[in-house]
Amino acid sequence: MNSKIIVDNLNFYYGNMKVLNSIDISFYENSITALIGPSGCGKTSFLRILNRLNDTVSNVKVEGNIVLDGTDIYKDMDPITLRKKVGMVFQKPNPFPMSIYDNVAYGPRVHGIKKKNELNEIVERSLKSAFLWDEVKDRLNKSALSLSGGQQQRLCIARALAVEPKVILMDEPTSALDPIATSKIEDLITTLKENYTVIIVTHSMQQAARISDYTAFFLLGKLVEHEKTKYIFESPRDKRTKDYITGMFG
Amino acid sequence: MTDKSLQLTGKSLQRNQINIKSLKEKFIKGLIYFSVFLTFGIVLWILVHIVFNGFVKANKMNILSGDESILPILMNTFYIVVLAVFISTPIGIWTAIYLNEYAGKSKLVHLIRFAIQSLAGIPSIIFGLFGMIVFVVGLNLNWSILSGALTLSIMILPIIIKTTEEALKTVPLSIREGSLALGASKLRTIKGVVIPSALPGIIISIILSIGRIVGETAAVYLTAGMVPRLAGSPLESGRTLSVHLYILAKEGVSFESAYFTATILVIFILFVNMISNKLAKKYNKKLKGN
Repeated sequence: MNSKIIVDNLNFYYGNMKVLNSIDISFYENSITALIGPSGCGKTSFLRILNRLNDTVSNVKVEGNIVLDGTDIYKDMDPITLRKKVGMVFQKPNPFPMSIYDNVAYGPRVHGIKKKNELNEIVERSLKSAFLWDEVKDRLNKSALSLSGGQQQRLCIARALAVEPKVILMDEPTSALDPIATSKIEDLITTLKENYTVIIVTHSMQQAARISDYTAFFLLGKLVEHEKTKYIFESPRDKRTKDYITGMFG
Repeated sequence: MTDKSLQLTGKSLQRNQINIKSLKEKFIKGLIYFSVFLTFGIVLWILVHIVFNGFVKANKMNILSGDESILPILMNTFYIVVLAVFISTPIGIWTAIYLNEYAGKSKLVHLIRFAIQSLAGIPSIIFGLFGMIVFVVGLNLNWSILSGALTLSIMILPIIIKTTEEALKTVPLSIREGSLALGASKLRTIKGVVIPSALPGIIISIILSIGRIVGETAAVYLTAGMVPRLAGSPLESGRTLSVHLYILAKEGVSFESAYFTATILVIFILFVNMISNKLAKKYNKKLKGN
């Protein structure tokens, strides 16, 4: 399998605190990688390094190399180009307070697409890919905030797809949703890997087992184990991984 | 027997305590109701008094069309409001955006904030004096609508900045990050999602400042003059409603007219408040859907 993102010896600091400690990991094209680990293990910080969203926070430092398709994202790429290629879906649905249409069209407009029919096409395609089109096609001009939580999250996924990224980062995308909405989003995520590389932070072991191809276990700022999901859950090499997935701590 | 009587006195003692307690409660409750009644009563009294004298009793034809006509004065007020808002709003909004989105916490920023706070606390007569010295005399704009509007725009600046900043603060980080994560620059994020989300607050800041301008007397009196005619251009003098009211009452020209002017002022302020409430509600509804 081709590596989409290669992380080499990554260290990350908040002020003087070392949050991530020499991380080496590769993410493979057209696969889903789940990042698991107890709260505060650095998995969300790690995710936000991959699209440089941590740049907006003061007092942080990133060391090491992160290479996306052969280009170092910190040394040879500006954050705007990077974020067009690496989209993100957040923990709580965060639709913009505007219409459903404008939410999806926001990204393409930012990147200079102005033609009405082109935008229409992108909006329809993105909403279809996010399994939301049938539910909203008659009310695209309604406020996005009138949607239910699960619909809002699928809208946020559609919004991320609209800028045609290569990689999609997801930060516990179902933690604020009920089980039915969650299973819809999980179905959606598994179809996304046909065209995208997906990296998802999750607190739910079952979710990681259900949808991911690879699982990476983080503990106290270190990457303990990164393997095919099957191996992680059936025969983890590290005792700490085993203890965590069997619920001994976390 | 004695035991029973002791018990009885105990009970009546308890009852007395309860009585005192409930009396105290009643007293405090009464005080609260009285305060509410007083506040509401005074407002109602003033309103009824003004509207009765200015509208029901007054000879309206005279005030609306005759020599004492109030219409040019209404127009002057309108001019001054539009001009002052036009000057002050962009400066105020840009300052608020700078302070909330870019400034950070340096000493200079602290100083700017302090200056804005002080500006809000300065009595309006001082703005009037400043306007008179700088705009009327210094820049040779004379007593004019323009001098008045410039003075007032300085006066309402802190209102616009403060209210806009509060509105910007309510825009959640999650929405900003959502925009940044799509590859929008910081400026684009501010333009694209932060300002639209904060718009109701910004509109309310403008409406509040309109109320402030309409009600202002001292600062306008000293800068826009008191010519009771329609100002033909921004460089001509013209009195506003509140100045008109002041002169009518002080010189005892016509109390009828004064009351009528007061009625219009009061109605206008009520109207402004109502519109700002309506707008805020409507916008919030639109944001929440349905």
